Amino acid sequence: MKKTLIIIAIVLVVIFVFYSFFKGTYNTMVMNSEQVDAQWAQVENVYQRRADLIPNLVNTVKGFAAQEQEVLTGVVEARAKATSVNVNAENLTEANLQAFQKAQEGLSGALSRLMVVVERYPDLKSNQNFLELQAQLEGTENRITVERMKFNETTRTYNTYIKSFPQTLLAGMFGFEVKPYFEAAAGADVVPEVSF
Amino acid sequence: MKKVTIFTGVFLFAVFSLLNLSGFGQIPAKPNPPRLVNDFTGTLSAQELQMLEQKLVNYNDTTSTQFLVVLVNDLGGYDPADFAFRLGEEWGVGQQQYNNGAVILIKPKTQKSRGQAFIATGYGLEALIPDALSKRIVDQEMIPEFKNERYFDGIWRATDVMMGLASGAYAADDYNQEPSAAWFVPILVFAIIFFMMKARGSANHIGGKSNLPFWTALFLASQAGRSHGGSWQSFSGGRGGSGGFGGFGGGSFGGGGAGGSW
Repeated sequence: MKKTLIIIAIVLVVIFVFYSFFKGTYNTMVMNSEQVDAQWAQVENVYQRRADLIPNLVNTVKGFAAQEQEVLTGVVEARAKATSVNVNAENLTEANLQAFQKAQEGLSGALSRLMVVVERYPDLKSNQNFLELQAQLEGTENRITVERMKFNETTRTYNTYIKSFPQTLLAGMFGFEVKPYFEAAAGADVVPEVSF
Repeated sequence: MKKVTIFTGVFLFAVFSLLNLSGFGQIPAKPNPPRLVNDFTGTLSAQELQMLEQKLVNYNDTTSTQFLVVLVNDLGGYDPADFAFRLGEEWGVGQQQYNNGAVILIKPKTQKSRGQAFIATGYGLEALIPDALSKRIVDQEMIPEFKNERYFDGIWRATDVMMGLASGAYAADDYNQEPSAAWFVPILVFAIIFFMMKARGSANHIGGKSNLPFWTALFLASQAGRSHGGSWQSFSGGRGGSGGFGGFGGGSFGGGGAGGSW
């Protein structure tokens, strides 16, 4: 009689230990994953902010340098392409992130070409509206850098957690997958040159 | 297979941390006791430091908004913007729930290198001090003075403008609540209810009058709910009458702000 009681107690304790281990690990994984998702939203936000600046910028430049059709349409097209690539936090895979990054890099390239062209128009360069747009563009590039860095940091925390033992066993069971990092591809972190 | 991924993970981590260490210098450590004016260059006189500190601490006391002034000789290989964001994030300038901090970073001009100035705004100040305005503050208030070696005047004028822009959005009241009130209010409510019931049980004839304690209890209960927001967690206290700075609140930076060089 006493023995069965002891056995039941041991079983209960073991179940409890397993339960709390599962619960703790699972919840931490969910929390880390959510943080990555939230940070991804923040990254998308700042890229969207850059896209939102562009119509205004293009119009201002057009007022002074309408003959630069080619560069201007290049920017507009790159913007359209960049805004068409949206990656949801749920399907944040290596391939998707790369496609996203590529589209955004196209826009960065087009913008830097525009900024080179602008150098030829002194009137435009001293235009107050343009100067402020330039400051905003710089600020947006800064924000992109910061949010990407934060994204990589939260992703690193998450990846390290799910890949370590013993969490890796649970991660496989519940389908927590490794999330991709932003990579500084060739010229990806070259901020559009804004010189005076 | 799993071993390989674990290994690459560890390897990448090691590489990253090595890169972090070797590539760049260190962001200066948070001063202890915390100060809002940190001159690592010896540019400002003791009296100037005192005046600026007083001004910024007063502003922090009334608005909870923290402006941090940092003068350094060396940016440690960082871009001024990057340096300012990292420093702001690491020191936690601004309150955690509002992110209402700003870093005014100045690297004075030397014979060899250009002067750099940068205003980094926390998430919560981005809307109040947009980048275009930060740019204007740097170009019009700071750099003209800095060119003439009047660092104090430049900082003074810049903080004046920034205070004007950021005023009214955040109030310090939320931070200065007495946290101890939070736990005893519910007890008080229970005590009142208890006495109310006791009074009702022993003397029925009060009946009509017991409305009043009920409303008091309700009011107190609602107060208890409000002060439960947990806002004081991010404030390190120490708002003494001596005018000392209480400490940074853990604010976060997202890349807002602008700068210039001369």
